[in-house]
Amino acid sequence: MAQTDALEIRGLRVAVDGKEILKGVDLVVPKGEIHALMGPNGSGKSTLAQTLMGHPRYEVLEGQVLWKGENILELSPDERAKKGLFLAFQYPVEIPGVALGNFLHIAYQARTGQEVPVGRFHRQLVQKLKLLDMDPSFANRNLNEGFSGGEKKRCEILQMAVLEPEMVVMDETDSGLDIDAVRIVANAVNRIFAESQGKMGVLIITHYQRILRYIQPLHRVNVMMDGRVVLSDGPELAERLEEMGYDFLEKRLHEQAGFVKEPSGSD
Amino acid sequence: MISQDEQLKQLAVYRYGFRDEDAKYDFVVPKGLSREVVEAISHYKGEPDWMRKERLQALEIFLRKPLPRWGADLSDINFDEITYYASPTRRKVQSWDDVPEYIKRTYDKLGIPEAERRFLAGLGAQYDSEVVYHKIREDLAKQGVIFVDTDTAVREYPDIVREYFGTVIPAADNKFAALNTAVWSGGSFVYVPPGVRVEMPLQAYFRINAENVGQFERTLIIAEEGSFVHYIEGCTAPIYATDSLHSAVVELIAKKGATIRYTTIQNWSHNVYNLVTKRGVAYEDASIIWVDGNLGSKITMKYPCVYMLGRGARGEVLSVAFASAGQHQDAGAKMIHAAPDTTSIVTSKSISMAGGRASYRGMVKVYPNCKRVKVNVRCDALLLDEESRTDTYPVMEIEEEQVEVAHEATVSKIGEEQLFYLTSRGLSEEEAIKLIVNGFFRDFAKELPMEYAVELNRLIELQLEGSVG
Repeated sequence: MAQTDALEIRGLRVAVDGKEILKGVDLVVPKGEIHALMGPNGSGKSTLAQTLMGHPRYEVLEGQVLWKGENILELSPDERAKKGLFLAFQYPVEIPGVALGNFLHIAYQARTGQEVPVGRFHRQLVQKLKLLDMDPSFANRNLNEGFSGGEKKRCEILQMAVLEPEMVVMDETDSGLDIDAVRIVANAVNRIFAESQGKMGVLIITHYQRILRYIQPLHRVNVMMDGRVVLSDGPELAERLEEMGYDFLEKRLHEQAGFVKEPSGSD
Repeated sequence: MISQDEQLKQLAVYRYGFRDEDAKYDFVVPKGLSREVVEAISHYKGEPDWMRKERLQALEIFLRKPLPRWGADLSDINFDEITYYASPTRRKVQSWDDVPEYIKRTYDKLGIPEAERRFLAGLGAQYDSEVVYHKIREDLAKQGVIFVDTDTAVREYPDIVREYFGTVIPAADNKFAALNTAVWSGGSFVYVPPGVRVEMPLQAYFRINAENVGQFERTLIIAEEGSFVHYIEGCTAPIYATDSLHSAVVELIAKKGATIRYTTIQNWSHNVYNLVTKRGVAYEDASIIWVDGNLGSKITMKYPCVYMLGRGARGEVLSVAFASAGQHQDAGAKMIHAAPDTTSIVTSKSISMAGGRASYRGMVKVYPNCKRVKVNVRCDALLLDEESRTDTYPVMEIEEEQVEVAHEATVSKIGEEQLFYLTSRGLSEEEAIKLIVNGFFRDFAKELPMEYAVELNRLIELQLEGSVG
């Protein structure tokens, strides 16, 4: 049974340039919860993020992604955005000459299908900037152009706050940030989540446990290895993983023959 | 030749493609170019003898000079099929109400009289060969500013015209300058007395209406010492199955400490050859700024030029070109440093899409002993797809060692990652491309008066509409 209030990934197999990266991912993220997806480099975390948003380079071989009772794999990226999906990019792209505030106004109207006068939108935007302790002049800068690494990530979080998504995927938002910046980003996510009053689900993709320490509440931690979700447990799993390391976990999983599922892709 | 289907398609994109069916012409010369045609034009205008001779000499030069082969392909122009002069009306008027109804309709559709009321210091409107309306604000006229069509200037200010006409661009400069000198009609004559600043822009609007009629306006702007003027021109034409020719000559003279800013938004329909010679001379501490937007036409060849003749003179060209299906925009700049401490800045941006071709062709020359010259050339090209083309042909002749020269050229493509990023936020692919393109042109748009910047954005969006599969 598909849950209507959750993002449900079923037996997802995805190839990039002919090479299979995701080998049957099963994962459910309900609205009103924050989940983490951890895993070593090359396990397929970012491939999953890009596939969920519909990047054309990722070829779906098999499986479904159900959201609001529909398999969204058939939809274009903008159609997914309009259904409330949001991806915070690991490497946000620079768009020269396009002011952030102007872009967000266009995106907000596209996303919600409502026309909002510039003046009113700008007032809302300034409120969101304040919520995230960001300077209002940020809105006048060109989208990601000349931004520092930290500014790019905060800009992603700002967009998330403004576009009011219902399901957020954060792709290694913490990578490349120092510990202060990680805390700032985590606090911002907590605030946006609290403001959404249960109308938003979040999937935080990360290599490290450190961002998860600041995320409140964290409902569940999933571990991905070699293109599959191999472990799923409560928030304490993140700490255990930090202690034992991915190598140790991988070895143990190999020892437990049969634990790793065959790449069948079906339930 | 283009099929009717294609014409209709173009009409849908090109908002100015309507034609005036009941246009009336008082006087039309037979098509083709000859001594008789040139004589007829001059006679009909009742010109002084010196101008008639100037025209006939230029005709000889035109016939003698070969077509330029170094730029865009001009071999399809059939000079025998063009009508070189068609006058819709002989009576120029100063009140919009007196403009003939069919012409008024055209300009109303283009939003011209409204623009004058809102933010212009003066307005001229040329319909095919003749200027049909000309007006300048009274306070400026009282300060001695002259803004009339060039035919009127020949009659009413013959001494000034004769002193400067053809001194910046002689007929022998190139084949199309010769053609213009032989058959020129209309255009603007602007004279700004010493120290007078014309803060609001003067505008001229050029419209080709009749099929196969060439437009050859002649513009001359003289800014006396310490004066300032901003001149804007816009151009449109209907869509016909056969090609039209627009070949203008624009001469600017900026005396000591004067500034001339010349803005063009060229939006000819895609069957117009746009072959224009634009050049200014800047004396001591004077500035000439060409702001040049090329959106329309079939082929454009245009390289606005500044001769810096006095110490401290400044030349600037800021241009954008948009080349879509069937278009070749061959545009650029020429900066001639003939005095020390002179500065030139060239900023060129081009977009090619749907098989269109944009070329930057530039020339910078620094003469010996012109010390402390500064040159900055920057060309950015954006390609929207694989079938389109962009080229850069920069030439630098620097004959002095004590100069600072910077040249930078970039070519970029709209990347898959940019499109994915923007569409992931809810924008359609078409909206995403429009946003990227408008961002690319933003620095240029900032240089335009607000109303024109808005219009430019709209024109670009119109061009892009339906371009995404």
